[in-house]
Amino acid sequence: MQRFSFFQLALNALDRHRSWPAFWRAAAPRESYDTVIVGAGGHGLATAYYLAKNHGITDVAVLEKGWLGGGNTGRNTTIIRSNYLWDESAHLYEHALKLWEGLSTELNLNVMLSQRGVLNLAHNLHDVREGVRRVQANRLNGIDAEWLSPEQVKEFCPIIDIDARRRHPVLGATLQRRGGVARHDAVAWGYARAADARGVDIVQNCEVTGIDVENGRITGLQTTRGAIRARRVGLVAAGHSSVLAGMAGFRLPVQSHPLQALVSEPIKPILDCVVMSNAVHVYVSQSDKGELVMGAGIDAFNSYAQRGSFHVIEHQMGALLELFPIFSRLRMMRTWGGIVDVCPDASPIIGRTPVDGLFINCGWGTGGFKATPGSGWVFAHTIATGEPHPLNAPFRLDRFTSGALIDEHGAAAVAH
Amino acid sequence: MLLIPCPWCGRREETEFANGGEAHIARPADPAALSQEEWAAYVFLRDNPKGWMRERWFHAHGCRRWFNLVRHTVTHEIAAAYPPGAPPPPLPGEAA
Ligand SMILES: Cc1cc2nc3c(=O)[nH]c(=O)nc-3n(C[C@H](O)[C@H](O)[C@H](O)COP(=O)(O)OP(=O)(O)OC[C@H]3O[C@@H](n4cnc5c(N)ncnc54)[C@H](O)[C@@H]3O)c2cc1C
Ligand SMILES: [Zn+2]
Repeated sequence: MQRFSFFQLALNALDRHRSWPAFWRAAAPRESYDTVIVGAGGHGLATAYYLAKNHGITDVAVLEKGWLGGGNTGRNTTIIRSNYLWDESAHLYEHALKLWEGLSTELNLNVMLSQRGVLNLAHNLHDVREGVRRVQANRLNGIDAEWLSPEQVKEFCPIIDIDARRRHPVLGATLQRRGGVARHDAVAWGYARAADARGVDIVQNCEVTGIDVENGRITGLQTTRGAIRARRVGLVAAGHSSVLAGMAGFRLPVQSHPLQALVSEPIKPILDCVVMSNAVHVYVSQSDKGELVMGAGIDAFNSYAQRGSFHVIEHQMGALLELFPIFSRLRMMRTWGGIVDVCPDASPIIGRTPVDGLFINCGWGTGGFKATPGSGWVFAHTIATGEPHPLNAPFRLDRFTSGALIDEHGAAAVAH
Repeated sequence: MLLIPCPWCGRREETEFANGGEAHIARPADPAALSQEEWAAYVFLRDNPKGWMRERWFHAHGCRRWFNLVRHTVTHEIAAAYPPGAPPPPLPGEAA
């Protein structure tokens, strides 16, 4: 792997940047691997990277039906934070946030992590109580969290109107200063490049169409580019997880829904933090290009179409203007959708499956981008050792049988 | 945006309706006899097909009645609408 540096940048400027090497090899699938990861989103690529780096397992392929990072990784609004309520989630997301903080150096690629602070607004008494409780819970878990008064909110984000006569008055907010946003593509590319450098094959345009199981054990995969034998397989397919589980003969408590996002025309810097409001249902930040980046709600029906209904976007614009009337004449440029895998308790599933040697990492739903490094870290551990890492042990598939759910609907920060 | 054919009111905009998820899930006849696994399956496991699906809808801003649709989860095409209690129709392409 050619390391990027200021010197390399200057050197490559000499021929107008025409000789940069490809980030990863265009690998053709081999007949057999020790471990195969299905899905080259951020989570799958991070898993492959940590399998190689932390566990020395490099006989690995990552299979992707489309292009790398073209799933939810490349479609999300990139909000990163770790201020979840319950201990299980707090520890998992905080581990991820700590990895984010060193990720550009680790991957030798700028993932443009911008810790600009994430505000979660409170608009009613219940929001206030819930927010204060969450701040306390976060602090007990060593996570930075602050409760801001309306005046402090105004100081932190001047375009928020804190007039108490508004329909949804701002009564305060939680603030996680270490939260922020990152460049989604760069995360996928960075993990892909670093995994490739350690010998991992990244195979694009290779859809898994069947899972071979013999005597309850995984033996390989059927793909659009031929059969591949594998000793261990990790499924990291987000919205398509139920389809893959079905190929292996088990069911998941997961439903697939479209989740849409949109960007405005670029404007001058006006919003230098992330603002989220559950009651009004807004999450918005401003990109480095100047566009406002906003997420909408999920469509209520099941879908694999990567597009949602227009009324959801309309509703989102109404919510944005309720919070920020200043944006009333802003034009929207693009909308798009991803297919999110929603779990009944709004927490992911990371661990073993009923099939030996087959592992699953799914159910991140509307909020898994922030967890990308941590998810890859613990899933690599689970695959390499056959046992969950202490951080993902509570997120097992059989919690739906035991009843040990991790209900994070509140900390989803906007209700989906 | 879907145009949903309510069996009682005819085609109406999606915004008048609420989605109720997978159809034809019967409450267990003898709940006390269920194992943990069976309870988990009844409460949490739902089909999530990429293709045709039978699902429940509620005409919330209309006649306020429940009914079922056969809808494709990739094309969003609607093949049938039928009242609750009616036997599940075959999925398109499936033998009757
Ligand atoms: C609009 C939107 C906004 C969001 N906003 C945020 C946010 O602000 N913050 C946050 O933390 N999270 C957010 N999320 C959620 C986040 O994007 C996801 O949880 C996360 O990116 C999932 O990563 P992944 O790698 O698991 O999935 P993906 O990136 O979807 O990767 C899965 C891959 O598997 C591939 N695949 C599927 N089936 C097969 C098959 N049969 N064979 C081979 N490959 C297959 C897919 O093509 C895909 O590339 C948002 C999501 C959306 C859609
Ligand atoms: Zn009706």
